[in-house]
Amino acid sequence: MTQLSQSGRRFFTVREISGPLLLVETVSGVGFGELVEVLTPNNEERTGQVIDVSETVTIIQVFEGTSDLDVKKTSVRFTGETIKLPVSMDMLGRIFKGGGKLADGGPEIIPEDYWDIHGAPINPYSRAHPTEFIQTGISVIDCMNPLVRGQKLPLFSGTGLPHKLLASQIVKQAEVKGEQEAFTIVFAAMGVTADEARFFKEDFTKMGVLSRVVMFVNLAEDPAIERIITPRMALTAAEYLAFEQDMQVLAILIDMTNYCEALREISAARVEIPGRRGYPGYMYTDLASIYERAGRIHGKKGTVTQMPILTMPDDDITHPIPDLTGYITEGQIILDRGMYKRGLYPPIDPLPSLSRLMDKGIGTGKTREDHKQLSDQLYYAYAEGKLLRETALVSGEAALTSVDKLYLQFIDRFEAEFISQNVDEDRDIEETLDLGWELLSILPESEFARIDPDIIKKYHPQYRQRSLDNSHVS
Amino acid sequence: MSKAGTIFRVAGPFLLAKGMIGSRMYELVTTGEAGVIGEIIRLEGETAAIQAYEETAGIKPGEKVVGTGKPLSVELGPGLMGQIYDGIQRPLTSLEKLVGSRIQRGVIPPALDQKKKWHFQPAAKKGAKIIGGDTIGIVQETSLVKHSILVPPRINNGTVERIISENEVTVTDPLAEIRTEGGLEELHLMHTWPVRRPRPYKSMLPTDVPLLTGQRIIDAFFPLAKGGTATIPGGFGTGKTVMLQTLAQWADADIVILVGCGERGNEMADVVEKLPRLKDFRSGQPLMNRTIIIANTSDMPIAAREASIYTAISLAEYYRDMGYNVALMADSTSRWAEALREISGRLEEMPGEEGYPAYLPSRLADFYSRAGRVKTLGSEERIGSITAIGAVSPAGGDFSEPVTGGTLRITKVFWALDFALAHRRHFPAINWFMSYSEYMHTLEMWYETIGSNWVKLREEAMSLLKEEEELREIASLMGAEILGDKQRCVFEVAKMLKEYFLLQSALHPIDMNCPLKKTYQMLHLILKFYDKARQALESGVTLAEILSLNVKEDLARMKIIRPEEFDETNSKINRSLDEQFDQLAKQSTGGKPA
Ligand SMILES: Nc1ncnc2c1ncn2[C@@H]1O[C@H](COP(=O)(O)OP(=O)(O)OP(=O)(O)O)[C@@H](O)[C@H]1O
Ligand SMILES: [Mg+2]
Repeated sequence: MTQLSQSGRRFFTVREISGPLLLVETVSGVGFGELVEVLTPNNEERTGQVIDVSETVTIIQVFEGTSDLDVKKTSVRFTGETIKLPVSMDMLGRIFKGGGKLADGGPEIIPEDYWDIHGAPINPYSRAHPTEFIQTGISVIDCMNPLVRGQKLPLFSGTGLPHKLLASQIVKQAEVKGEQEAFTIVFAAMGVTADEARFFKEDFTKMGVLSRVVMFVNLAEDPAIERIITPRMALTAAEYLAFEQDMQVLAILIDMTNYCEALREISAARVEIPGRRGYPGYMYTDLASIYERAGRIHGKKGTVTQMPILTMPDDDITHPIPDLTGYITEGQIILDRGMYKRGLYPPIDPLPSLSRLMDKGIGTGKTREDHKQLSDQLYYAYAEGKLLRETALVSGEAALTSVDKLYLQFIDRFEAEFISQNVDEDRDIEETLDLGWELLSILPESEFARIDPDIIKKYHPQYRQRSLDNSHVS
Repeated sequence: MSKAGTIFRVAGPFLLAKGMIGSRMYELVTTGEAGVIGEIIRLEGETAAIQAYEETAGIKPGEKVVGTGKPLSVELGPGLMGQIYDGIQRPLTSLEKLVGSRIQRGVIPPALDQKKKWHFQPAAKKGAKIIGGDTIGIVQETSLVKHSILVPPRINNGTVERIISENEVTVTDPLAEIRTEGGLEELHLMHTWPVRRPRPYKSMLPTDVPLLTGQRIIDAFFPLAKGGTATIPGGFGTGKTVMLQTLAQWADADIVILVGCGERGNEMADVVEKLPRLKDFRSGQPLMNRTIIIANTSDMPIAAREASIYTAISLAEYYRDMGYNVALMADSTSRWAEALREISGRLEEMPGEEGYPAYLPSRLADFYSRAGRVKTLGSEERIGSITAIGAVSPAGGDFSEPVTGGTLRITKVFWALDFALAHRRHFPAINWFMSYSEYMHTLEMWYETIGSNWVKLREEAMSLLKEEEELREIASLMGAEILGDKQRCVFEVAKMLKEYFLLQSALHPIDMNCPLKKTYQMLHLILKFYDKARQALESGVTLAEILSLNVKEDLARMKIIRPEEFDETNSKINRSLDEQFDQLAKQSTGGKPA
């Protein structure tokens, strides 16, 4: 059977244009998911993908948007290929548009290979569980919610909160102790302003890491549908660098909220039955196909660590975007507006934040044996302190017991000294843990139900002081 | 005979084919040049809707669809234990060997190792009358599982014509020939079973034996029964996965089937790395020797995710039929329901609540009704059970959504996970006011054999927690200064109950498991402290004095005392309680007898 679609011919068979979608008459041989070149009436070339094909109609989503397209003069050419990214080490230091075209005016890249941007699922049996602690130098992260190499740990932020600053500090300071190799950064921006894109670029330049960065940038004014492929392009680059070139990659995806909005737009254009708040019912699965592209694989040296950033609409964590993200990622770091308003930086609320891979990355030989229990106790103390702070607001401090008052003292100092730190302050993990103990020791020892007695004896400042004194004497 | 039709539409994991004459509902088909496997989920005339178990990229209208004539089935036989399968029973270990670290389509390795030789010991004799469920022989599958080779249920009246003697055989070697009304049937170590059909049993039995879990809050307050059903709903990060994995290790089941249904790849990697190193708490043998993992992660095809829980429960039924107590943990049934919703949406079915199909509740019921404690098929008296525990991931952590609601109507135990507890790292974050167990009553008799005042202790503890909650409300309205020592004592002991008893870290090497006896003793000691404290307050001792007693420290450390040593600790704390409170009483009366 001759397959018309593979003849390389252009077809002027567009029937209907609906939002980001083109509905064209099916020509024989069109495959689901294949890449389509769309030619506008002005002969501008755009990229599309078949998302539904029947004997009569083929639905194509056009990544650069459908503006200027018409029914008569727009043509399509089927490629018989899936969407691929040309990959090579030359990507390092380069800036691409959200759709994969070069955006920095430099020379074309000579590809070593072409990789399907959708990436086949990793066999869970082939995954190696992440275990290497990444020191970010930020106490509230390192002690309470540590990041591990190969983890996917998002920042849940809100409009106007300093997530860019924080992301940039993490990029600057992140290191695996005892290792020379620095992170290679793959940076995907979806719907960010030109200002924000510039902020990151200048920041990378200032840090002198630009040659270790690959950027994919879809700006706010760029077509929204392109955002569907931007993170996939970026993660394909990340996987190439990690699993083919043995590099340690940190992928930053900002802002996933814009990505999800694009997804909703397509779903609406297809008149699908919406799930919660108008987002498609398959958003969990779709997001998983992005977030799951992180990790370690047996027998490979490189790793992909992911840090997606999203702004919670109305600071609402139950909104489907943060909610589904939290269900897929391995924890979350939450920026809190209340803390930000009180002038705290980083305004990270430890209570709803979580790092699920924490236990694998810390402890003897990795950070320190007391890390886990200390962090558990700090959690309890902070939660208790917060409750008591509220009580004190309602019924005054008179209602508090003497221990209660110590909790208030603890929480004030914990926020001022432990959570707060400067944008360029890089704390060693030992320093962070010692600081935690120092603050905890405001409270009576009998409160420490979550720490084993021998750990207390070893690390509580009171005993450490004593053992130091003793060693002086002897 | 295989029949061929033609694809005329492809939309994601969903295909339409025409010319499907003679196809059956739920028949397995292969599609296109790549040989993608799928299942017929709707038939209208000669048109079939197909859900594809594999990636559909590149499939074109006009490609062929070939029916296999068989429904989606599992292979049952020795070699299941310790395996890690995807949702349609493809061994992920073989897939890795064949195609590397990425899952590729069109590759279907056999579920059971075809070459491995098993030592078969016959258990039936030539000429014997047999029926489905009878044992024709035994294979030691792993150090922990003696695998009965069962006559498939379809044979209801047969005679052994021939049976091999003790020998090394593969899963497909002929073992025996059975004469039935329909002719001669050859039996092998392996047989197949369609996953959507429950395996038959003789009769359902009452669920009056607990499935002990080693988790204090569960065993003491919200117990599960062997053959029972439980649901554990909770927002992200509230501890569903950790709980299911903890139960996989510590529940007193013979066999565990763990299903990762649309969840994280790294979690499965963690389990796969962890299980071979963990020991079965009774025998010290590797836990992997009595565990099967089904891993269909969130990035793997959703139709296979939909199938995964049926695959899992079919395996569970097979071991139940051998007389084992099987525990099945599904994480998360919400992802299964979402797969159902997506497929239903593509079929353009009328959506019910939140877009889920109207048949969601009945599908849930079908699944959970395959749990239970039963008299198994066969001439021999055997009792086996399947306990099914499903995690639910409600959107926004809000339990008023269809999957949570539908599951709660069917399952008998509800462990409600609570964001507030999880955020303060109180684990397990099971909310003690919302949760319940309908087995409490039927298990009462059993519990009383451990300690005659179980029920009383449990009620006392619960009402203490309740009282604290009420006092907190009063205090927040009227100010805490109105509270006297008596009320403050409620606060203090409730705090002890929470911190020293309910809080139990799944990561602490000793506390991760708490045998029932220790649980009982711990609860008893804390409540004894409460009793004594109240008496002391009556006789004029201050709360401050009570709280400064050394024995409080001992109570705090109970959880990290090894279970083997706990009897001793128990009597010691008992004594200290008596002595220290006596001492207090003496001091307060100035040493004079009251
Ligand atoms: N019993 C427990 N003991 C100690 N820590 C726990 C316990 N349960 C949960 N945790 C902590 O909470 C984290 C999240 O738990 P878990 O992964 O089980 O959540 P989940 O409910 O499965 O979330 P999701 O729905 O996103 O998968 C764990 O990584 C662990 O740090
Ligand atoms: Mg989970």
